Amino acid sequence: MAMAGLLVGCGSGGGGSDSGTITAYVYGDDAVKVQQTAVDTFNKTSKVKVKLVPVPGADYVNKLRSSMGSPNAPDVFFNWGGGSIKPYVDSDDLVDLTSTVENDATLKDGFIPSIMTAGGLEGKVYGVPMRGMQPVMLFYNKALFAKHKIEPPKTWEDLQASIKVFKAAGITPFALGGSDKWPELMWMEYLLDRIGGPEVFKRIQDGDTEGWGDPAVLKTARTVKELVDAGAFGKNFNSVDYGSGAAPTLLSKGKAAMHLMGSWEYSTQLGKAPEFAEKDLGWTAFPTVAGGVGDPANVVGNPTNYWSVNARTKHKDTAVAFLKTMASKTYAQALVDNGDVPTTSNAASMLSGSPNPQFATDQYEMVQKAPSFTLSWDQALEAQYATPLLTEISKLFAGKTTPEQFVEAMKAAR
Amino acid sequence: MSHHTPVAKRHGDGKAAVGNVGRPPVAWAVPGILFFAVFAIFPLVIAVYLSFCEWDGLDSPAFTGLDNWTRLFKDSEFGQAAWLSLLLTTISWVFQTPVALLLGVWAAGRQRSRALLSAIFFIPLLLSTTAIAMLFRALLDPNFGVIQTIGPWLGIDPGVMGSSTGALLVVAFVGGWQFMPFHTLIYQGGARQIPEVLYQAASIDGAGMVRQFFHITLPQLRHTITTSSVLMIVGSLTYFDTVLIMTKGGPGTDTTILPYLMYRTGFQTYDLGYAAAIATALVFVATSISLIMVRLSGFGSMRSTREGM
Repeated sequence: MAMAGLLVGCGSGGGGSDSGTITAYVYGDDAVKVQQTAVDTFNKTSKVKVKLVPVPGADYVNKLRSSMGSPNAPDVFFNWGGGSIKPYVDSDDLVDLTSTVENDATLKDGFIPSIMTAGGLEGKVYGVPMRGMQPVMLFYNKALFAKHKIEPPKTWEDLQASIKVFKAAGITPFALGGSDKWPELMWMEYLLDRIGGPEVFKRIQDGDTEGWGDPAVLKTARTVKELVDAGAFGKNFNSVDYGSGAAPTLLSKGKAAMHLMGSWEYSTQLGKAPEFAEKDLGWTAFPTVAGGVGDPANVVGNPTNYWSVNARTKHKDTAVAFLKTMASKTYAQALVDNGDVPTTSNAASMLSGSPNPQFATDQYEMVQKAPSFTLSWDQALEAQYATPLLTEISKLFAGKTTPEQFVEAMKAAR
Repeated sequence: MSHHTPVAKRHGDGKAAVGNVGRPPVAWAVPGILFFAVFAIFPLVIAVYLSFCEWDGLDSPAFTGLDNWTRLFKDSEFGQAAWLSLLLTTISWVFQTPVALLLGVWAAGRQRSRALLSAIFFIPLLLSTTAIAMLFRALLDPNFGVIQTIGPWLGIDPGVMGSSTGALLVVAFVGGWQFMPFHTLIYQGGARQIPEVLYQAASIDGAGMVRQFFHITLPQLRHTITTSSVLMIVGSLTYFDTVLIMTKGGPGTDTTILPYLMYRTGFQTYDLGYAAAIATALVFVATSISLIMVRLSGFGSMRSTREGM
């Protein structure tokens, strides 16, 4: 015991900041420049300065986890809301921002309401939105659809018909990076939402693992099996990955007709295959599923990212003041210029200045009109459930388990 | 145990007369012992302690007694991972040992162009595991890799990485490709130590190449085989990076070997107590296997099989 105390016990000590600065951890990718500009602007007028620490993407979760248990914890940090912050909420590491937001017009009216709530936990607010929205959309290769004279699927029947057409033509209907597991999750998320509505997963997210026993989950798993058996993802999807760009390349090279992916697919394609992205990349909503009770306007994905405040910070007021700047027009404009779609309520009018106004506007409207925005399951659930979930989904897609076994395994996950 | 004690004692007695003359004092070992204690023993003790705790990496670890261990023995995923680890280790040994042995013996000879070919052959040893895994990942990509072209020609399905047995075999192959040069090096060293006179005598007696190999080279390399096998087995048991990069434990859990399961449990699920139990079990198994191998092969008694030694 004493030894372990030595290792972690000291974590409850100091606030981890020098007298005049607060540290903010951010996911280190190309978008960091937007946050860096915001920090620079804020520091010009603030007595307590913000120091931005970009942590390389792949290391972010682990680095945050280990530093939150140490004396060098950040004062403010980037997260995905939901389950990604649950452990910190459970160990009283986060400032409850509910009343702060409630009493502050800038924060309260500054953001799309469904997004503000999507990042919280049990009705409380723990974070302020700070990046663009990332709904999952159905991307498609316009040239292939034109060549085979069909329209992108609007209903499940359309989708099944398109599978037949493309299979007959030797084209993989849907690109899927199965080796990365999380792209498979997106199919589960949308299907369950369309079949059973967002309440089914909400129940699971709130901690009731019996929720996996809902008939809609079984139907979702069966539908997935039908898709796999029908060859919707081709034969090799288990060894295709997203990370190295194999799945997006399938779409841009015309080897696959469609790709269910987060809205970042657009910028990925723009980076890897600009000509395709500008000319032949189409996007649409996930099809409706007959007999399903979920609203076809519902969206899944990552509503956005959030800043949360460490309860041990010495400069809570500065932290909150910094968070408020996220609702400003200047910040939203910087996001737009970077190709992101901000989650602020004033964003609609700025989107014409986006690198692709049509894509940005469609995305914004899709999210704004959505009655519900379900956070990606692997972010919504705590790591202890999310990892087995991804494993079980991978087994289901690989045909190692039956839909019934999937349901049982998820009910039993600890 | 028992029959070793007198051997050790006899050695001790024999050397005692000569005394510790010329031998460095024990104090010289202190830095080494200290390093070993700080970087090996201490973390091991912590891991064993953590295996009796529940810890998410944030709060202090909570002591839960044998919970993790009872869970370990009931966990079918652990059972599967242990089985896959043993399977991978066996495949690796069966695949690597004969090739490395033959190559090593060949490389110990004095043929023309041997040095050049050896140098080329040792290149994989110089590459990082990550680079190798990424390289093979690209080569085996079912849609864009060379496997698409040469796979059907060799009778290999381009989707080999996506099938359960295929993925495990690929991992074993990539590991073999990377580490065979190392074992070849060991065998080369071993083969060069074999006294030339043995072969000369055998030649005079009329033994051919094959007979010489089986009756001189192989028996003389006994200890080298043990050394190489222990390294190979412990290496395969702790094989991790290739799986992380190439298969991420998939498809499903078909390449989730013990070290990967430990990583997933510890650093993705943040169930660090249970991960520590898996790690401790792995240390126990690896240590047991190497001890058993050393024992069975007689390496422990340090008898020399060499002429005049």
